[in-house]
Order: sequence, then structure tokens, then C-alpha cells
Amino acid sequence: MADVEIKTLTMNFGPQHPAAHGVLRLVVEMDGEIVERCDPHIGLLHRGTEKLIEYKTYLQAIPYFDRLDYVSPMSQEHAYALAVEKLLGIEAPERAQYIRVLFCEITRILNHLLNVTTFAMDTGALTPPLWGFEQRELLMEFYERVSGSRMHAAYFRPGGVHQDLPEGMLDDIEGWIKQFHPFLKDIEDLLNDNRIFRQRTVDIGVVSAEQALDWGFSGPLIRASGIPWDLRKAQPYDVYDRMDFDIPVGKTGDCFARYLIRIEEMYQAVRIMEQCVKALRSVKGPVRVDDRKIAPPRRGEMKGSMEALIHHFKLYTEGYKVPAGETYTAVEAPKGEFGVYLVSDGTNRPYRCKIRAPGFPHLQALDMMTKGHQLADMSANIGSLDIVFGEIDR
Amino acid sequence: MDAIITFLTTHWLGQAILILLQCLAVTVPLLVSVAYMTYVDRKVWASIQLRRGPNVVGPFGLLQPFADGLKLVLKETIVPSSANGVLFIIAPMLAFMTALVAWAVVPFDDGWVIADINVGILYLFAISSLGVYGIIIAGWASNSKYAFLGALRSAAQMVSYEVSIGFVLITVLLCTGSLNLSKVVLAQSGWFFNWFWLPLLPMFVIFFISALAETNRTPFDLPMSEAELVAGFHTEYSAMTFGLFFLGEYANMILLSALGSVLFLGGWMSPIPFAPFTWVPGVVWFALKIAFLLFIFSWTKGTLPRYRYDQLMRLGWKVFLPVSLGWVVLTAAVLQFGGWVPKP
Repeated sequence: MADVEIKTLTMNFGPQHPAAHGVLRLVVEMDGEIVERCDPHIGLLHRGTEKLIEYKTYLQAIPYFDRLDYVSPMSQEHAYALAVEKLLGIEAPERAQYIRVLFCEITRILNHLLNVTTFAMDTGALTPPLWGFEQRELLMEFYERVSGSRMHAAYFRPGGVHQDLPEGMLDDIEGWIKQFHPFLKDIEDLLNDNRIFRQRTVDIGVVSAEQALDWGFSGPLIRASGIPWDLRKAQPYDVYDRMDFDIPVGKTGDCFARYLIRIEEMYQAVRIMEQCVKALRSVKGPVRVDDRKIAPPRRGEMKGSMEALIHHFKLYTEGYKVPAGETYTAVEAPKGEFGVYLVSDGTNRPYRCKIRAPGFPHLQALDMMTKGHQLADMSANIGSLDIVFGEIDR
Repeated sequence: MDAIITFLTTHWLGQAILILLQCLAVTVPLLVSVAYMTYVDRKVWASIQLRRGPNVVGPFGLLQPFADGLKLVLKETIVPSSANGVLFIIAPMLAFMTALVAWAVVPFDDGWVIADINVGILYLFAISSLGVYGIIIAGWASNSKYAFLGALRSAAQMVSYEVSIGFVLITVLLCTGSLNLSKVVLAQSGWFFNWFWLPLLPMFVIFFISALAETNRTPFDLPMSEAELVAGFHTEYSAMTFGLFFLGEYANMILLSALGSVLFLGGWMSPIPFAPFTWVPGVVWFALKIAFLLFIFSWTKGTLPRYRYDQLMRLGWKVFLPVSLGWVVLTAAVLQFGGWVPKP
């Protein structure tokens, strides 16, 4: 009898697909319900961010960073602000550094809340996302109060932050922290010991420590595989070296470990926030460098001082010149190592700005993680990777 | 008056009209309750999810189901160019029809049943097995990969869980000695702890979980798991063809809840068998019991994640089947050797 050739079923998954988390397109080869190969097609959200930045002044480039990973905007502004500060040879004032760390951790919670809850939705639980969105809304109000924008804040600037915190903000953040613990406990109660949730996530998409290194993982994904690597500890920036917090490390490297790491990171983020709030009550002072060639003058000053007016005009038209040089500056964004490679040729615009987005190496590992699993596990894997296409396609 | 009654009961035309009226008396309230089931469903999920749910159309959003229905009726029915047109249209009708005809044997109160046949349980079983055809045909005729996979999953799932439902029915049958649903209810008369849910508790649990699987509800909603298959077998359906699937699904849920109340919760019986409670009409008790089971349906949907395909099959074949089979043997043995075999 002649051999029968069994063809695999090729299925197009996305880009308009409820579980694709944005504009992910996967071409999936399936043998029944088993995924033989899944091939991510990227570029559907390509906007040419890196090239656009080359034609903008250093200050004008900041909003592009909000729009990369649009669920954790401020962490990316942070990387860019630190990179420019490094080239300029300046350091943000202490109060600004505390504010930045505070908002980086708010951003981490924003990101992890979205990911953990939509991950639950990928496994079929419809309730957690709606719970999580309420908390995210409260956090985005903090964003709005400091920057005027709920998402695309453009709040971190080279040399500090745009404005000081408004009156009463610290009290409100403390109030929020108080109600967040019971909320997170509720999410854990709903999911952690849920047998169906465990069956869907334990031993799914296992990544060994070695594989995690080979594929260039970072952030919660590499920590879930058992490698304690966190830039906040390994090469602290701003005031992270003064913060007391722990880095959760997983053992198994499966979807469930990645979920648990993110939950624990939220608890740790709250710890850091508490310390920042405490410090901000005593640390007073400016929130921008006192250098009129880099930071604009206050508006009141401009009413009386000619120099201030000229500085303001020059800063918002020509911008500031950055000494020639290059830097790779990375921060621990919620999704992993977010790096900015910035080359300056001494003009007011970057010569090159390469962005290292953590989601990109994570997405490429999807095929490795999913091979041999079922179609439903692919959804779980995508959810646990925490990918956002703004940063992958750039 | 007497002439009308004689005409309705003896003349063939009169009998036909009578049956038609009976059908309407069941179908119209059923469709209204299906409409309000969607409303209650959404309200229950909303309160679980800290939302308000529909509250704009009409007072408390009470007209929302009709607004949704009207929208579905008015929209264009799109038949994909690569689909098999005839089967594509027949499939939702089949799914809807099987969900409705099953109600013929359900007793709403003592004697309130369209067809008081002696093989009521078998009839229900046969009809609910037919329901799977609507889904398979829909998945195949759509000529879409998502729909096809959804239909395959659905077929396998419904067939597997029907096996355990079958054994559950057999245990109840052993205890009552009749396949007639009214007799099943009468066999449970008395206090609420005389109903079969207590002596047959494991079977009641298996029945309910299988009912979730049978109606493709969370945590067994794989055929339409939106995270993988967009909308499963009805991905390609729009307007009223989709509406029929939707109505059919909810009618099926209500049917299985009704069956659950008939088999385990004493049908139209009052839970407390004396004066003020027995004055309440049986149909009210019956509706309350159905509503209780439906609430659990909504509650599960708001709380649980979804099983994976193989896990669902494993649960069906490796857990429920042996347990229900064992319980059949156990029940039979207890009845035989305890001398409680019901007299026919």
C-alpha cells in the first residue's frame, strides 16, 4: 500500500483575533489540535519610530517612547531620559529620582495587572480583567494628575520630571496602596488554587534557564526560569539602590511560574512605592536640573526675565545640543530589559536611536515554547509572554 | 361551550388545533424566558465583575433582550461565498428546533405536559443527541477552519458527556421504575430531602457538570473559546442565523435545568409538603428550581477558566464515566438487596 501523506492544517491566527494581543499574526501548522509550528509575522504596527526620532530634537523624542509599549509608558521614558542624561553628563535631582522610581513602580503594576488578568482571560476566565481594569483606572488617574494624560504621559524628561507632584497626591497614593493588597489577594484567591487554571498553566510552555539565556529573555520571563537577573538590583539606576525589595525567582519556567512572578512583583512594587512615598515626604527640592540650557525656566520667571524667555524659546524650538558620544542605557521595564542605544553627533538631534524592546526576543521564542502543545496552550503561552506590539514592531 | 370542548377533543382538526395551542403555550413563555435568561446572565456576570450590566434600554435595562433580538432580526444574513448555502442555513434551524421540541415531554405541573409519553427520558435523550448535528453541519458548511475545529470539538464533547448523562438517567430510572417524567416527579413526593438530589448526590453533581458540557458553557465552552477559535462553530454566522444558535443554546440550558429539577429537585413539588407552601402553584416551584440551576450556570461562567480539549475528554471518559457506571451498579444492588425496587 502506498504511504499516505498527511498534510498539516495551516491556520491563520490573527491579526484580527481576540487572543492575539494587538496585531499579532501567526501562521500555525497544526496536526489536529497539536501545534507543529507557529510562525509569528511581525511588522503590522511598524511606525518607523527609530527613524522618526532621528528627525526630532531630544525633547520631542520622548512621546515616542510612551507609544512603544503602551501599557507601560513611563518605564520607557525612563530609559530614554537616563540615556540622554548620561550623554549630557547630568543627574536628576534627588526628589525627581524618587518621583521617577515611584512612577516606574506604578507603571509596573499597571503592566502586570493587565498581563496577569488578560492571561487569565486567555485561559478562559472572564472576570479577572474586569477587576483589574478598575485598579488600572485608579492608577491611570495618578498618571493624569502629574502629567495631564492617562497613558501617554511624557512626564519623565532628561534632567528630571516635568512637574512636581500635585498637592495631596502622596496621601492618595497611600490610600490606594491600602486597598490594593486585599484586591490582589482576591485575584490570587480566584486563580492560584483554581484547578482548571493550574491544569491550563502548570508545565505549559516550559523554558529552561539555558533556553531563556539562549533566546535573550529578560524580565519576569528569565526570572521565572530560575535566573535572578533584574537590572534594578544588578546595575541600579536612580534611587533603586536605596530601596529595600526582593526579586522573586521561579523554579519551573512554565506559564504558572511566570504568572506567580508577576503577582509577586506587584507586591514588591507596592513595597517600593511605600518607601518612595515615605522619602518624598521629607526630600524636598527641585524636580528638574537647575540648568537653563537643558531644563526650561518656570513660567512665572519668564514674565519678568528676558533671559528666561529666550531660554524657553530656544529650548522649545532648537532644543539643546548633546555632546558627541554614544550610550546603551537599559532599565528594568515591566516586560524586561528595555534599552536605548543613543548615538549623538553633537547636534540637537540624535544621530541614531536603537531601541531594544524586551518583547521582541520573547516573541521569537513562541515557536520553541509552543511546539508539540495544543492550540489552547498557544493562547496561554502568548498570554504569559506579555507581548505588546507597539514595542515589537516599533 | 360543550360543543367546543367536544370538537377540540374528538374531531381530528380540533385535536390539531389543541396541540398547536399547547405548543404555543409552551414555546412563547419559553422564548420570553430565553430572552430574559440572557438579561439575567449578563446581570449576574456584571455583579461578579463589579459592573452594572445592561441598564440603559428600558427601566433597569429590561428591554435590552428585545433590542438585541431586533438588531439580529434586522441585520443582513451573510452567507460566505465558499460556504455550502443550504446546509449553512439549515444548521441553525436544526440547532434551534431540537432545543424547542424537547420541551414536549417536560411536565410543568401535575398533568401540565404536552405529550405525557411513557418514554419521556428516552425521547429527551434522543432529541438532545440530535442537537449536535446542528453544530457539526454549521462547522462543516461554513468552510472555515475556526468553525471546523470548533465543530469537531463540540461534537466530541457532546457525545462524550451524553454517555455520562445517560448513566445518570439510568440511576434515576432505577429508583423510579418509570421513564415517564411525570412519574419521576411523583416518585419524589414529600419533603425536599426526599428528592433524589440527596440520595443520588454524586449523580446530581455529575449531571450538572455534564449539563455544562452538553450546553457548551464555561468551563467547557471550548467550541466557542474566543481565545483560540474566535467564536468556534458560529464564527461565520451573522444576524438571525447566529441568533438561532444563540436562542438554541439558551433554550438548551433552560431545558437541562428543567431536566435537572425534574430528575433531582422534585419537579413541581413544594419543598415543604404542608399548607401555605402547597398553595403555591407547582409551576412556580418548578420555575424557581430552574432559575436556581440557571443561576449556577451563570455563576460558573463568571468564575472559572476553561478546560483544554484533552483535559475535558479525560474528565468525561476517565472520571465521570467510571463513577457514574459504578454508581449505577451500586444503586441497582442497594435497591435489589434492600428490597426497595419500585413497583411498576
